[in-house]
Amino acid sequence: MDSQQDSHAAPVLNKSVPVRHPGRWISAVIILGVLAAFVQSLFTNPNFRWDVVGTYILDTKVVQGVVWTLVLTFASMVLAIVLAILLAFMRQSDNPVFRWSSWTWVWFFRGTPVYTQLLFWGLATVLYPAITLGIPFGPDLFTYVTSDPTHGLIPAILGLGLNESAYLAEIFRAGLNSVDKGQAEAAEALGMTKGKIMRRIILPQAMRVIVPPTGNETIGMLKTTSLVLAVPFTLDLTFATNALANRIYLPIPLLIVAAFWYLLVTSLLMVGQHFIEAHYGRGVDNRVPAAVNPAAAKAAAAGTPSADAEPALKMPFPGEDSK
Amino acid sequence: MTVTTEKPLVQIEGLHKYYGHHHVLRGIDLTVNQGEVSVVIGPSGSGKSTMLRCVNLLETISAGRISVGGELIGYREVKGQLHDLKTKEIAAQRREIGMVFQRFNLFPHKTALQNIMEAPVQVKGQSKAAARKRALELLDRVGLGDRAGHYPSQLSGGQQQRVAIARALAMDPELMLFDEPTSALDPELVGDVLNVMKDLAKSGMTMIVVTHEIGFAREVGDRLTFMDGGVVVESGDPREVLANPQHPRTKEFLSRVL
Repeated sequence: MDSQQDSHAAPVLNKSVPVRHPGRWISAVIILGVLAAFVQSLFTNPNFRWDVVGTYILDTKVVQGVVWTLVLTFASMVLAIVLAILLAFMRQSDNPVFRWSSWTWVWFFRGTPVYTQLLFWGLATVLYPAITLGIPFGPDLFTYVTSDPTHGLIPAILGLGLNESAYLAEIFRAGLNSVDKGQAEAAEALGMTKGKIMRRIILPQAMRVIVPPTGNETIGMLKTTSLVLAVPFTLDLTFATNALANRIYLPIPLLIVAAFWYLLVTSLLMVGQHFIEAHYGRGVDNRVPAAVNPAAAKAAAAGTPSADAEPALKMPFPGEDSK
Repeated sequence: MTVTTEKPLVQIEGLHKYYGHHHVLRGIDLTVNQGEVSVVIGPSGSGKSTMLRCVNLLETISAGRISVGGELIGYREVKGQLHDLKTKEIAAQRREIGMVFQRFNLFPHKTALQNIMEAPVQVKGQSKAAARKRALELLDRVGLGDRAGHYPSQLSGGQQQRVAIARALAMDPELMLFDEPTSALDPELVGDVLNVMKDLAKSGMTMIVVTHEIGFAREVGDRLTFMDGGVVVESGDPREVLANPQHPRTKEFLSRVL
C-alpha cells in the first residue's frame, strides 16, 4: 500500500494564501513614528549638550570610574560566588548546624537593604574598633585593632559581596535541585565519592540553570556598585560623573556619559554570558556529535536516516516565493 | 537449583525496608551464586526494585543483612554490634557492583565515550588512554562502536541503555544489577538491550535482573523469583516456575502477563 507513494514524482506543494496581519503594520508605523520623533529630538534639542558628552566621555576621572566599577563588580561577584557555593552545599548538608547557618545567612543578608549593609560596613571599624579572640565572658587571648587603609574599597566589596551571596545561594540551590536525582544515583553506583559526584556530575549540569540568572545578577551588580557612596567609596563611575556634573552644573550630558559606559560594559558581559551558556549547554542544547575520530564521525554521518527528509527542510516558507 | 554446589556471591537474609511506617520489604531471603542469572519478577509495588537498590545501598537497610562476596554491605560488625560504614567505604563497596537503571541515567553533558571513561579514570585512577581503549572496546561489544562521540540526547533509548551497560562494565564489577532495564524502551528497541544482556550472561557474569521480560527469564535465567507484597512468594528454576507455578498469586500474575 505504501508503495503507491511514488517517491520519484515530486509532490505539488500547497500554495495557500497566508493570513494577513494588518495590526502588525499599524503598530510598526506607530512605533517607528515615535522612534523617529525621539531621534530627531536627540539631534535638535540643544539641552542634550552633545558637545559636553564628547568632552567628558573619555575624561580621566570617568575612565578611572569605569575601571573602579569593574573592580568592585568582579571582586564582589567572586566573593559572592565562593560564598554562595559554600552556602548552597551547606544547605544540602546532612549536618543540621550547616543547614541552619546557611538558612540564617540568606535570611539576614536578603532581608536587609544593600544600602543599609554598605553603611554598616563603612561604619564597621567604628562599631568594632578591635576584634579580640578570647573565651566569651572570659579572658582575652588575642586582639586585632581594625582599621581601613583602603579608603572604603574593602568595606564596599564586603557589603556588595555578602549581600549578593544570599541571592546567589538561592540561585545555586535551585540549580543543584534541578539536576535529576538519577544522576547522583548513577554516579554513586559507579563508586564515585560525594565530592567528585558534585564537581564532575551535578555542578556541570546545574550550571546550565545557574548561569543565566547569575549573568543577570552580575549585570545587576554592575549597577548596584553605584550605591557604594554609602560606605563611602568615591571613585566609581556614578560618583565620578555626578561629581563632574555638580562642578559644571550640567547633569544631563554626564548622565548620558554614565549610561553609555554602563551599557557598553553590560553588552560585553552579555557576549561573555553567551559563550559560557554555550559551554554548559553541550549535550543538551547543541545537537552536533563531538568528533572522536574521523572514521567514527564518517560512519555516524552515513548512518543518519535524514537524507531523504532533506528536501522537505529546504521548502520555502509560505509567502517567501510570492515576491 | 542446579548450581547449589557453587559459591554464593550474594546473600540477602531477612531483609526489611520501611519508608516511615510503610513496610515495603517484609523479610526477603535470596542467594545468588557466582555466575548465576537471578531474575526477579512481580507486580509493581512488590518491592523488587527496592530490594535491588538495597544491594548497592541506594536504599538503607532497615533490618537484615546483605553480603556480596562474603563482605557485609553497608556495615562493619564488631562483637555483634553493627557500625555504619563511612561514605568512602560504601563507595568502595559499590565499585564491585554495576547497576543499570530503568531511566538509563547517562550523564547528559558527556559523550557516550566520556560516560564510560568517567568512573575508571576518576574512581580507579586508570590512565585516560587505557580507559579510552577499554571504553571503545565495550562500545563495540554493545554494538555502538560508531556512536562514541554522540551525546545521550543524540541516541535512542535502546542505544542509551546499551551505553549504560557498557559504563557499568567498565568498572569490571563482580555483580551486575539490572533495574527494569527495558521498561522505558519502545518495544522494537528492547531486543537489542536483551541481546547484550544475554551475551553478558553467557560470559559468566553474575546478574540480578528485575524485569517484566518473561521470555528473557525463561531463556537466560538460572533462577526465577516471584515477589509480591514485599515477600518472596515463589522461587525456583524459571522454566519450572513459569510452566507450573505452585502459588496461586504466582499463577494469577503469570496469567496476566503471559
